[in-house]
Amino acid sequence: MIRWMKQVGWRHLVAILAVLFSLGPIVFVLSAALNPLGTLSSSTLIPSGASADNFTRLLQDTNFPSWFLNSVAIAGLASLISLFLSALAAFAFSRRRFKGRRTGLLSLLLIQMFPQFLAVVALFLIFSKITDLWPAIGFNTWWGMILLYLGGALGVNTWLMKGFFDTVPKELDESATVDGASHTGIFFRILLPLVSPILAVSGLLSFIGTINEFLLANLFLTDGGSKTLAVGLYGLVQGSERNTNFGIFCAGTLLTAIPTVGVFMYLQRYIVEGLSAGAVKG
Amino acid sequence: MTTQLEGPATRALPAPEETTPERSTTTAGLLVKIVLLGLLVATAVWAAFPLASGEHWVGLGILLATTAGLLYLYITPRHIPAKYLVPGTIFLIIFQIFPVLYTASTAFTNFGDGHRGTKAEAVTAIQTASVTRVPGSTEYQLKIVTEGDPATGALAFLITDPKSGQVSIGDADGLKPADGNPPAGWTVLNAGQASARSKEITDFAVPTAAGAIRSAGLSRAYEGKAVRAFDPATDSITDTTSGKVWKADDDEGAFIAADGERLAQGWKVDVGFANFTRVLTDETISKDFLRTLIWDFIFAIASTGGTFVLGMFCAIALQSNRMRFKGFYRVAMVLPYAMPSFAMLLVWRDMFNTDFGLINNVLGIHVDWLGSAFSAQIAVLLVQLWLGYPYMFLVTTGALQAIPGELTDATKVDGAGPFQAFRAVKLPLLLVALSPLLISSFAFNFNNFNAIYLTTEGGPFPADNPSNGATDLLITYTYRLAFGGSGAQYGFAAAISIFIFLIVAVVSVVSFRRTRAQEEVYS
Repeated sequence: MIRWMKQVGWRHLVAILAVLFSLGPIVFVLSAALNPLGTLSSSTLIPSGASADNFTRLLQDTNFPSWFLNSVAIAGLASLISLFLSALAAFAFSRRRFKGRRTGLLSLLLIQMFPQFLAVVALFLIFSKITDLWPAIGFNTWWGMILLYLGGALGVNTWLMKGFFDTVPKELDESATVDGASHTGIFFRILLPLVSPILAVSGLLSFIGTINEFLLANLFLTDGGSKTLAVGLYGLVQGSERNTNFGIFCAGTLLTAIPTVGVFMYLQRYIVEGLSAGAVKG
Repeated sequence: MTTQLEGPATRALPAPEETTPERSTTTAGLLVKIVLLGLLVATAVWAAFPLASGEHWVGLGILLATTAGLLYLYITPRHIPAKYLVPGTIFLIIFQIFPVLYTASTAFTNFGDGHRGTKAEAVTAIQTASVTRVPGSTEYQLKIVTEGDPATGALAFLITDPKSGQVSIGDADGLKPADGNPPAGWTVLNAGQASARSKEITDFAVPTAAGAIRSAGLSRAYEGKAVRAFDPATDSITDTTSGKVWKADDDEGAFIAADGERLAQGWKVDVGFANFTRVLTDETISKDFLRTLIWDFIFAIASTGGTFVLGMFCAIALQSNRMRFKGFYRVAMVLPYAMPSFAMLLVWRDMFNTDFGLINNVLGIHVDWLGSAFSAQIAVLLVQLWLGYPYMFLVTTGALQAIPGELTDATKVDGAGPFQAFRAVKLPLLLVALSPLLISSFAFNFNNFNAIYLTTEGGPFPADNPSNGATDLLITYTYRLAFGGSGAQYGFAAAISIFIFLIVAVVSVVSFRRTRAQEEVYS
């Protein structure tokens, strides 16, 4: 028993405590969403009753379905494309030696440190110009937001991937080169499949980051039908609506979490075991 | 930017693989390449038309050069690293580097409310704003029109002279004859649409030689005379009724009277380092700067360190083949990360609410958590821990899996206990692998605007100082100083953000260099 405690039991204890900590606020959101009164002051941790009122009000009185579609489309496309761009750059940083490599890596880290939200004024001016010239990629459009988010494609994720690329032995590339593979062949056929766990993790991270982005979306998507979930939901609890709309807000929060949880579940098998211990590092 | 990247690549040491031509690619690969390059050209052509018709020749030139550079880059067998770096870099330059540089350049100006445009624009605005009606002046029939959406499109006045019947259209640039009533392409706002924008319409004025045309109600307009006039010879504004004179000060970008009174409307001028020295010398700002800076460091370090330690601890706990329910634990722990963070920050704030907050309800107490400095600081750190540890848990789990099993096996053979094995083998390897993430997490939290703004808004504030609260980060503090209260001061805000950038960058570069030294030791 003591042996079991030392080897496995403490792990369960840690895990259970962490799970309780994690789930507490989420259970609160769940019961507030099910709370028939729908106000903050009447919300409790354990549901006081179950009613779908908040959900029906959310779907009928607000533009929720189109917010949802916008968010999933923008975050999905933006994170897929930026994942690819980031993997390309990580490949160059990990596998190629060129002048300015270290500087390039360091600048990627440094550029993230400028308080981005102060650049909002500049971005707004740029997008006003873009909207004049090419309305299809300007304000209130999916592609405008996606392009904007792609500006952050190279960043922390590139570092994460570069680190993982580094763990794949270079001998693998060399033997492929001897067998006649080109650099694109090495990238697409050999490295990408081997680093799929890190692709899954970075894809998830960037999907979550994008779907939660509020500041820029709030500024650039002003048209009712083009709003994302973050912008739309925030509008629900503005000012005096705060207490009364709390139930609807929580219902929306829960539904917003669905795509993220879905992506996570879908990618989980890669994230969890991955290909790490197998052929690559053996 | 292509040229910049090409430079280093061509000058790189001639490693054998750089100089040998690309190996023959497969037919499928070639086909994909042709299609992609075709799409590139098609996009460039699509983008070129509006540029050409708008006569933006510089933009068109940049577009052509970029497209040509890209075509060259992907057709030539050389510059292999650039082929992989350029796609992401293009977006990085347009949407991050350029805006950041633009913002940084405004730090040397007085850009902000009252100092937006040029001097000529300021003069026009002052004159138009001072227009008053001269008794007996012509009254025109007015229709309010727009070319765009009735609710948001730019306004114009369509006026008819009652004597001559001449119809003219006027916008902020002036009056010109109109061909038609209303002219093609313009829509007349109906009463409802117009009254919804009545504030805009009241402020709207069409500049004319003698003064300006303004609205009187929604269907009448009059031409008034400007009371304040600009005299280019003396470079000053004179009020024709009171005789008061405001002299232009080109260093301040404002018209200033002898008694020190300023006109609200100024213009944008370069102020050199004035914004920077203001941070250091202005009493109200420099006094709180240091205190906020210290708390900002505590906040960023505690957030990063706390989430990392808890996340790593959980990851290690779950790293056992003998453990059951691992999948469940993992999903449940990561759930906070899947919840929309901005919404959860608002929920947490409500959970700390004194009167009907969840925490007081469950504990059966009545504590104003966000009301006292210390408990508010603990509260925001707790929220940070909840939001951030799942991320650290995920990345540590990934990094732990990348540590070869042989290493841990070897420590067992050498007789090391699990804790020793962790300290001597896993932790150093983890730190090396994750230090860039930890550094950037520090940088992110140092400027974590949402975490503070959506929970405490910087409060609680000391009774004698409403501009600097106990949980204020530099960024929220700056935000309040620059955008709140007395109007937007972008120039000043940009100057402070450069200070913030320098602080974070120095800290990061120093710690990055230290980890690089580590990397050389361990790898």
